Amino acid sequence: MQRIGDAPTVRRLLIAAAVLLAALFLLLPLVAIFLQAFARGVDVFWANISNQYTLAAIQLTLFIAVLTIPVCLVFGVALAWLVTRFRFPGRRILQTLIDIPFAVSPVVAGLVYLLLYGRNGWLGSWLDSYDIQLMFAWPGILLVTIFVTCPFVARELIPLMQAQGSREEEAAVTLGAPGWTIFRRVTLPNIRWALLYGVILTNARAVGEFGAVSVVSGAIRGQTNTLPLHLEQLYQDYNTVGAFASASLLALIALLTLAAKASLEWRAARREVHA
Amino acid sequence: MRFHTLRRTLIATALGIGLATPALAADRELLNSSYDIARELFAAINPEFIAHWQAENGEEIEIQQSHGGSSAQARAILQGLRADVVTYNQVTDVQVLADAGLVAEDWQQQLPNNASPYYSTTAFLVRKDNPKGIESWDDLVREDVKMVFPNPKTSGNGRYTYLAAWGFADQQFDGDEEQVHDFMRTFLRNVAVFDTGGRGATTSFIERGIGDVLISFESEVNNIRQEYGSDDYEVIVPPVSVLAEFPVAMVEANAERNGNQDLARAYLEYLYSEEAQRMLAGFNYRVHHEAVVEEFADRFPETELLTVEEIGGSWDEVMDVHFGSGGLLDELQRR
Amino acid sequence: MSTRSFAIGLGSTPKRVLPGFGLSLGISLTFVSLMLLLPLTGLFGQLAGLSLAEYWTIVTDERVVASYGVTIGAAAVAAIVNAAFGLLLAWVLVRYEFPGKRLLDALMDLPFALPTAVAGITLATLYSSNGWMGQLLEPLGFQVAYTWVGIALAMAFTSIPFVVRTVQPVLEDMPHEMDEAALTLGASDVTGFRRVILPHLWPALMTGTGLAFVRSLGEFGAIIFIAGNMPYETEITALMIFVRLQEYDYVGASAIASVVLFASLALLLVINIWQGRFIKRLHGGNG
Repeated sequence: MQRIGDAPTVRRLLIAAAVLLAALFLLLPLVAIFLQAFARGVDVFWANISNQYTLAAIQLTLFIAVLTIPVCLVFGVALAWLVTRFRFPGRRILQTLIDIPFAVSPVVAGLVYLLLYGRNGWLGSWLDSYDIQLMFAWPGILLVTIFVTCPFVARELIPLMQAQGSREEEAAVTLGAPGWTIFRRVTLPNIRWALLYGVILTNARAVGEFGAVSVVSGAIRGQTNTLPLHLEQLYQDYNTVGAFASASLLALIALLTLAAKASLEWRAARREVHA
Repeated sequence: MRFHTLRRTLIATALGIGLATPALAADRELLNSSYDIARELFAAINPEFIAHWQAENGEEIEIQQSHGGSSAQARAILQGLRADVVTYNQVTDVQVLADAGLVAEDWQQQLPNNASPYYSTTAFLVRKDNPKGIESWDDLVREDVKMVFPNPKTSGNGRYTYLAAWGFADQQFDGDEEQVHDFMRTFLRNVAVFDTGGRGATTSFIERGIGDVLISFESEVNNIRQEYGSDDYEVIVPPVSVLAEFPVAMVEANAERNGNQDLARAYLEYLYSEEAQRMLAGFNYRVHHEAVVEEFADRFPETELLTVEEIGGSWDEVMDVHFGSGGLLDELQRR
Repeated sequence: MSTRSFAIGLGSTPKRVLPGFGLSLGISLTFVSLMLLLPLTGLFGQLAGLSLAEYWTIVTDERVVASYGVTIGAAAVAAIVNAAFGLLLAWVLVRYEFPGKRLLDALMDLPFALPTAVAGITLATLYSSNGWMGQLLEPLGFQVAYTWVGIALAMAFTSIPFVVRTVQPVLEDMPHEMDEAALTLGASDVTGFRRVILPHLWPALMTGTGLAFVRSLGEFGAIIFIAGNMPYETEITALMIFVRLQEYDYVGASAIASVVLFASLALLLVINIWQGRFIKRLHGGNG
């Protein structure tokens, strides 16, 4: 069966164009990062990575990501369930509201949190009277990270759940299955891959966020410095190798994430073939 | 409420292992909020001060550092970052804290030399053998010269460059406003790239090969020359330039809250000691301690340093007239 | 896939048969109010002190207006380039089998995963006159770094996944019969693509391009290193906000930020409504 664009010349031409463009546009920057990181040899790279402040930054970054993901997961699933399974007034508005983080420049996102929870903010000054400080400590970093990452899971799930429709769940209701069982047995298997992909994107963004975090972190070395902030500081301080060593770690986390995603998709595809 | 312990517990629970660093042995912690290129400087000074304090008081302390753009750093303190001391490269950023009541009103009188233990000026970095023959500010308005310095709108470093050029023109044209404005207009038009900070400007000049001259703090251009090869670049200190103060102050509200007033005061005073001044000179900053000044005399050429007050009245006035929205800088950069 | 959708289309379901309305509404509303709307009160709190005329003066400042032009222009170019490039990539990834395909697919998400500042520094390194790409392009007369082309490039880099990832699933779900029919009727590849495939992909392509455009409007970290930041020529709006912050002018920063925020939200609302219509059309009213 012949399909559009199946002629061998067209096919080769298009593949070549896509691979070339992707290599120049996406792969080359990645290669450049690793080259810079190892510009002065493996020893210098390792010395920069095993530095006490780099280690603390890695630890904080992973810690924030680990806390962010479940929050985004619960919110994303709840929201997707709500807007795809029920019709109610304001549904479209709600769906647009969750895009706010896409629409707000990250620095502004950090700023709005600072204006609210900072020393002069109305909530911040109230908390301050109880000697609770959210900004310039990890809870502040966590809050803004959740802010910038929360749309990802929902954005992955909504189109899929919309396309799949609710027939299967409705059938389960008719059979008298309780809500949680329906979700676990019927919905979850259907959305599993989209859910994982959402988590992967959330993780990638949570690990790499700079703009918003830089505003609320206070950048105290060893305490509130995340890996992207640490990287920026090293770069500012003329430690290019150190900066790119940190950058390569972030790129590595990104690549591992992407590899995880690719292998998931592969397994999913294989499963479908077997089924 | 401090979140450190909670975080450690959470990490331990989440990861199921004791990844967290051991509890701090130090009795007290001092937080120094500083500008972004001072990381290595304070990494050198802090251990010396810690040893000095322990020898004198038998108390073990720890010093935490926070680095960033100096305005962003001051903003963080305004919004609640509990730094005990500030060591900035902008007088205005300390003044903002004083205006908010976090730093003493007379902070500039509390320590010698306007509370500025070290200072610098604005200087040029040119390529090998100075091919364009750049010696002073009037060489920079020539048509064949392109320069790189950070945006005065986003960087204090850039503001000093602007003021130095202004001070020079003001002298040159004997205060004739129109001629000064013309000079500044040409000067600003000769900028090849306006990076947001000193580091970005350096990258543009060194790694991207843009422009004939990089303008930055004298300490910076010397450090850059050391970093990127002293054979490829030359430092030119113009005969007239601006005095750039590096002010320090105690954030009294925070130091009191943290019970660190004595420590904060001692830390700032330590920056004036011979030991610290020698380290500062080693990082190419100009210092006040006479013995150290003599020792490093050949590193710092004699030059006429105009104060910001001589150029524009006061920092408040300068910020208002020149750098504010709709100010002279905006006017001069208009198409 | 298509048969299932068809079946859904027939069963117009009574409202709220499914459980969990209260729970999911509760979680969603709590989260949206606490995490998204409450912080925005800080932004509008800053604006509350302004009269309309003052607000207007801030957001129509000559230099700020010039920055809108630069930002929108570069974002538009980036979005158009991404539409073409994204379509090509999605097409190749869905329709063809070749070695390294999985790697190419994985590479698509890289821009999301990389911190934007790293992307900015790296792009500036590659495309400046002595970088790998700059050395190739400069003799041809293309200067990328420190011009608006550089801004567009950085924007295109950070937003390419939006297009690829929106078009890809639609292309995957496209029934074989459609383009086979076109070919059977004697259409050439080009005509077939233009008449059959493109109309089918159009809504998804526009959605992806729209998202990429919105993302580009707010980008700061990746652009600032490659932009050159010359007044009126290569200053982006996000830089104007940053400058106001440096001046401790929260009100000015909030005012300019609010312009970007409203413009982006309006665009996103249009995209969402359109996407809804599109899905409704495809699945017969069960959107």
